[in-house]
Amino acid sequence: MASMRDIKRRRASIQSTGQITKAMKLVSTVKLQRSRTKAESSKPYFNRMYETIASMLERSGAMDHKYLKAGAGGKKAVIAVTSNRGLAGGYNNNIVKLIMATPGLTAADTRIYAIGRKGRDGLARKGYEITADYSEVINEPLYQDASDLTNELLEAFERGEVSEIYLAYTSFKNTVVHIPRLVKLLPVDREAASGEAGDEPKARALMNYEPSTEAVLDMIIPKYMSSLIYGALLEAVASENGARMNAMDSATNNAEEMLGKLEIQFNRARQGSITQELTEIIAGANAIN
Amino acid sequence: MADVMKLNVITPEKQFYEGDVTMVELTTTEGNIGVYPNHIPLTAVVAPGVLTIHEEGEKKQASLISGFITILPDSVTIMAEVAEWPDEIDFKRAEEARVRAERRLSSGEAGLDTLRAEMALKRALVRLELR
Repeated sequence: MASMRDIKRRRASIQSTGQITKAMKLVSTVKLQRSRTKAESSKPYFNRMYETIASMLERSGAMDHKYLKAGAGGKKAVIAVTSNRGLAGGYNNNIVKLIMATPGLTAADTRIYAIGRKGRDGLARKGYEITADYSEVINEPLYQDASDLTNELLEAFERGEVSEIYLAYTSFKNTVVHIPRLVKLLPVDREAASGEAGDEPKARALMNYEPSTEAVLDMIIPKYMSSLIYGALLEAVASENGARMNAMDSATNNAEEMLGKLEIQFNRARQGSITQELTEIIAGANAIN
Repeated sequence: MADVMKLNVITPEKQFYEGDVTMVELTTTEGNIGVYPNHIPLTAVVAPGVLTIHEEGEKKQASLISGFITILPDSVTIMAEVAEWPDEIDFKRAEEARVRAERRLSSGEAGLDTLRAEMALKRALVRLELR
């Protein structure tokens, strides 16, 4: 049986770990609330953008546009949105696993645009090529960051270096449910987009484009991408804090449970040592008589 | 003036404006346009300019830097990347940006990103116009 001193030391260490996890949980709860409001207030833009694109593509039919068809050859680009800090349960690892489990996104022909250090390191270990690292962005996502990244990706797309662009992030459903998702950004998936457009009659009205349909698409598709990336960043931050809150909550619970067990062990050890001492005294007294 | 339409101005951060309006004026890449209710359906690209919202008996102005506009007979949606009400604009900063952009344009040094400087100047001028 472990000695009293060992148990005492163990208990003190668990107790202080428990205090830290409890504090971290409180911090991420506050952060979660903030990032959640932010993610929710950007939703209208995001949704409206999606509707606009969907109804445009639906009406533009068989239009031939550079952003609507896959580039020949070239690698696939994946924007991997993770966090800079760990201790968030499976949050970061889920994204890495999602990318690895997707057929076609093998280490050999995928370029990673990493947002978040943890995902970057995880993917680099698996042999993925990290083309760019925007890890700073996840601390405080700005719309400008999303549009900078979009421009860089579009340039690579136009140069023929990448043929498809994907976005891997964790979508925030509610405080406990976060779903890792992989979304295809380019070429714009016409089937998927028009499938969800809904059949709102007014959206089908004949639309005119100024200066021209191509020019408007040239302009809107980058904005569509930036808004998707921006929305993904905000949701990822909310998910990260949610995941960390859950992880820290269960860590605190585990610490409390362990403390309870150690308490019992400690009491047993204390009682054992008293009993032993008593037996020794009695044995000693008997020996004298 | 019973004729109104719904106007929605949305930025990535928030719902910027929502309400019934009688007319909207703004600048597109093709020039200034004014939109009344029952306009033909139109999608256009927004150029930096002043957005003027005419509500019934009231007029509001805001800066609108980039984005695009979708016009339907009974509603107008502006997807703005950047839009500010006059009280959100830092006029001192805009003034400085204007001076800086003008200097850069007139210096004519080699390797100057003229397009970027011109855009910066345009943005600054739009903001200053609302002062």
